[in-house]
Amino acid sequence: MGIRERLSGNEAIAVAMKQINPDVMGAFPITPSTEIPQYFSSYVDNGEVDTEFIAVESEHSAMSTCIGAQAAGCRAISATSSCGLSYMHEMLYVAASDRLPITLAVSCRALSGPININNDHSDAMSVRDAGWLMLFAETNQEAYDNYLQAMRIAEAVNLPIMICQDGFITSHAIENITLVEDDKVKDFVGEYKPEYSLLKGSMAVGPYATPAFYIEAKRQQAQAMIDAKDVIRSVSADFEKMTGRKYDLIEEYEMKDAERAIIIIGSSAGTAKEAIRGLRATGEKVGLIKIRSFRPFPAEEIARALKNVKVFAVMDKADSFNSHCGPIFAEVSAAMCVANINNPKGINIIYGLGGRDVRVESIERVFAQLDEIVKTGDVGESYRYLDVRE
Amino acid sequence: MSNLKAKDINETITWKEITLGCSVFEGGSAELVNTGDWRTIKPVIDMEKCKQCMLCVPVCPDMSIPVEEDGRRGEFNLFFCKGCGICAKVCPFDAITMIKDEK
Amino acid sequence: MSYNLKEELKKEERFTGGHRMCAGCGSPIAVRTVLRALNPEDKAVVCSATSCLEVSSFMYPFTAWKDSFIHNAFENAGATISGVETAYKALKKRGKIDDTYKFIAFGGDGGTYDIGFQSLSGAMERGHDMVYVCYDNEAYMNTGIQRSSSTPHFADTTTSPVGAVIPGKLQKKKDLTKIMVAHNVPYVAQTTFMGNFKDISEKAHKAIYTPGAAFLNVMAPCPRGWRYETEELMTITKLAVDTCVWPLYEVIDGKYFLSYKPKTKLPVEDYLKAQGRFSHMLKPGNEWMVEKMQEEVNRHWIDLLVLCGEK
Repeated sequence: MGIRERLSGNEAIAVAMKQINPDVMGAFPITPSTEIPQYFSSYVDNGEVDTEFIAVESEHSAMSTCIGAQAAGCRAISATSSCGLSYMHEMLYVAASDRLPITLAVSCRALSGPININNDHSDAMSVRDAGWLMLFAETNQEAYDNYLQAMRIAEAVNLPIMICQDGFITSHAIENITLVEDDKVKDFVGEYKPEYSLLKGSMAVGPYATPAFYIEAKRQQAQAMIDAKDVIRSVSADFEKMTGRKYDLIEEYEMKDAERAIIIIGSSAGTAKEAIRGLRATGEKVGLIKIRSFRPFPAEEIARALKNVKVFAVMDKADSFNSHCGPIFAEVSAAMCVANINNPKGINIIYGLGGRDVRVESIERVFAQLDEIVKTGDVGESYRYLDVRE
Repeated sequence: MSNLKAKDINETITWKEITLGCSVFEGGSAELVNTGDWRTIKPVIDMEKCKQCMLCVPVCPDMSIPVEEDGRRGEFNLFFCKGCGICAKVCPFDAITMIKDEK
Repeated sequence: MSYNLKEELKKEERFTGGHRMCAGCGSPIAVRTVLRALNPEDKAVVCSATSCLEVSSFMYPFTAWKDSFIHNAFENAGATISGVETAYKALKKRGKIDDTYKFIAFGGDGGTYDIGFQSLSGAMERGHDMVYVCYDNEAYMNTGIQRSSSTPHFADTTTSPVGAVIPGKLQKKKDLTKIMVAHNVPYVAQTTFMGNFKDISEKAHKAIYTPGAAFLNVMAPCPRGWRYETEELMTITKLAVDTCVWPLYEVIDGKYFLSYKPKTKLPVEDYLKAQGRFSHMLKPGNEWMVEKMQEEVNRHWIDLLVLCGEK
């Protein structure tokens, strides 16, 4: 069952792309996602796929070609990071609004400036309102598995999807991984058969919509994102049947009796689990909620998982520079508010910006801060930076 | 998924009915739009003077000069014509005049 | 087959009335003429950059395009149509499509000379089998007549207004056609509306049916922005050509061919005085501006004659 390999996260994504053999890829290199189009170009030039690869002159054009190709009835893919994602920004909205299920692999990296090539989530978080589905991976295996599920999820709701992993931390680190056999991947992903396309009858895409129609279009788009929660669950269930690997919108780790919890996204969840194992061994009731699906945002699921804790910390690897919290904290707080859950106290930890190392001790320090709040009953400053020199 | 045609899409349709991504699944639906009511002057052709040279046809920005099956130009399509007068100006035979459009 | 206007006009229109461009606008004339150059049996996918043309030709739910059409954004018509063209290649290769399709992108000078320049350059360099048509009306008309890099020297626009100190646009017009030639694409041409439309029709046909990337630069006057009466469109384009302000030529595999040489090259003043955007140049004391413009036109014309082997 499965093929045992050792791959970097970037190569794992490239292998998934190869197994899917999509119609068109338009991409432009940027650290740390560059390897993805590099690997893929070699598959194209060696005849291992028959995808048309467009070596565009920018990320903006990468997303523009994907929009054209997907509207023409193709599966279109790309890969990017950081400023490349920012440069696509305008086109990301168009892709979602045109309801084109494009797949974009993102190896997350800090945004300039100062220019920095290391991991944080400022790139992905800055496009969180673009209307894309966004799945995040903790490990190379998850990046690969998410990618195999991406097109089925996206195509079911006609929304584009980002498969995010942490630049360098998973994109470049080589880990053991279990690949799915090629034929099983093909069966699982299936054929793309859009009802309409530019190359099937006459179709016009991308109109000027007046105030008489614009908000209806947006409401319909919002519904697709709402519907996506069930789709992700059902595709994940099928994936589990095929591989035995279980996925959901969130992963709860040691949450059953947890009194202190952290909410985290991406590779640092692995570090946090290690910290929790250590703390649990000394009898501390600590747990973790890992967000896999950031868009759609699993608001109810997170609120439910947090309702019995005493205190929680939302870990944001990006800041909103709004003077009070990062993006995930804002979303989690809204989720708690809507669920009318007021008991747990919450703080926001901004961490790991620009590749600042996140160690087991870093996470232990967060739990220690939570412990302090439990003991004193005083939240104090809720907007905190972790491991910054004071 | 809604596949309403343009003729059925108006300001009463709901968000469930609007077409996916506001795409339109037909060509040339603008033919439903009356732009003739923008006009203050209109072209009139004197078929006696017209030599069917056809020079007026390609200059029309509004496809308002139909070409019949026999290759001759027909009467103006005033549903589209905005009254720009380019056709009248290019006519070598003064067969087209622009007159005040009384609506 | 030699060009015959009557035969050309028997083809079904591929761009319909009911669009919302201003009365007398040059861009729909460019569009319908280029699309008429398609062989009727061939299908096409058309892309337009955000522009007057785009917002007026596809206001939901009314599309003036009978062929499939995609609008993406202002700055990326080149990339967008190259994505569609690549999709066609991919699907054709996989046996999922039988029909023959052609790919045509339209952009105004804003979407072509300026904000869409990089995307256009990339598409041309990659050599997609497509035509990019610039309908050049020499300013950002959609947002209200702001200057572009295509706006002529001294022209009065809303961001290069004729003021007490600065007399209109200080910079010269960018020569985009030659920049496109420098991309080593197989076909580049400059044209506008003349007489029986032979020049533009033949160039459009060549552009569409030359394998690889082609570029067509069409002067498409804007009566509102250039300030002339709408019926004067064909007078303006004829003057542009006869003064050599907008020479007609084509470049096939790098070789220049002059399409039209005026019997009598008219003074540039004849072109300027027909349009309100240049009216300040004709005021007493501003003779130097006309002289300067004439010098520039002469220089470019001679350069072109040399390139075309006419001198």
